[in-house]
Amino acid sequence: MIAYYMCFGLFFVGLYGVITRRNLVKIAISLSIMEISTFLFFALIGYIDNGVAPIVNPADPDKIYVDPLPQTLVLTAIVIGLATTALLMAVIIRLYRKYKTFDIREINELRG
Amino acid sequence: MEVAISIITGLMILGALFAIHAKDLLSAVIACGIVGYGLVICFLLLKAPDLAIVQIVVDTITLIMMVAVVLDSSREESFSRLDTFGKIAAATGLIIIVVLFYFFIIASSNLDVLGKSSLRMANAYIHGAAQKTGSANLVTGVVFDFRGYDTMGEAVVLVTAVLGVLTILRLKGKK
Repeated sequence: MIAYYMCFGLFFVGLYGVITRRNLVKIAISLSIMEISTFLFFALIGYIDNGVAPIVNPADPDKIYVDPLPQTLVLTAIVIGLATTALLMAVIIRLYRKYKTFDIREINELRG
Repeated sequence: MEVAISIITGLMILGALFAIHAKDLLSAVIACGIVGYGLVICFLLLKAPDLAIVQIVVDTITLIMMVAVVLDSSREESFSRLDTFGKIAAATGLIIIVVLFYFFIIASSNLDVLGKSSLRMANAYIHGAAQKTGSANLVTGVVFDFRGYDTMGEAVVLVTAVLGVLTILRLKGKK
């Protein structure tokens, strides 16, 4: 159970970063930290004690395999996470070229 | 196993805290790499080699993108005193965290203990999957056969993201 709580703590650290930081790069980092904690949670759900990786060995078919379904979902989510991070960094670099700052309050004051 | 996962997750939390509080943006980005590569080790311990391979590639690409953005701009993080907006944001964050923690306590009673997962849906996938899909790797079988439409949607999302990045980074718009 401790692992679940640590995983949830990692999510809180990311949430804290998103809410309190003013720097756009730091906000992107915090978002990716929240993402990573979710991936870890899914991998923890599917784990089985003494299980082996879900690769079938025809010679010995009666092994215990860990759950392949959460791993599949995480596999999709990791790649989509890369896509969202790339889009976010593109928006950030574009904002920096226009306003010459990463600070979201200054960008808010300089609007237009 | 649970102890090892907890220790690595604790190191990831430390790395995340340092990334959020670092003064230099470059060290913040590199500390974010601690979190990503710690996740790779967790995946290996949790018997998920496919995820570990994908995550190590994705994390390296993310790190390269972030370093490129930071090196192209100012690296100093601007700290300033807590103004009214900051206090409101911190209070809202505290309330959200308390509410989320309450729901986590409720939900954690329904979770299986770590290592005793009860394979609710995956039984149908595991039994006879190698014969049905022709793939020895069950994860590949699920991704490309049972859930092929999900994978197609993922490919669409990737193409959309690439188009979005190209549109945003286009240097000159039409005059």
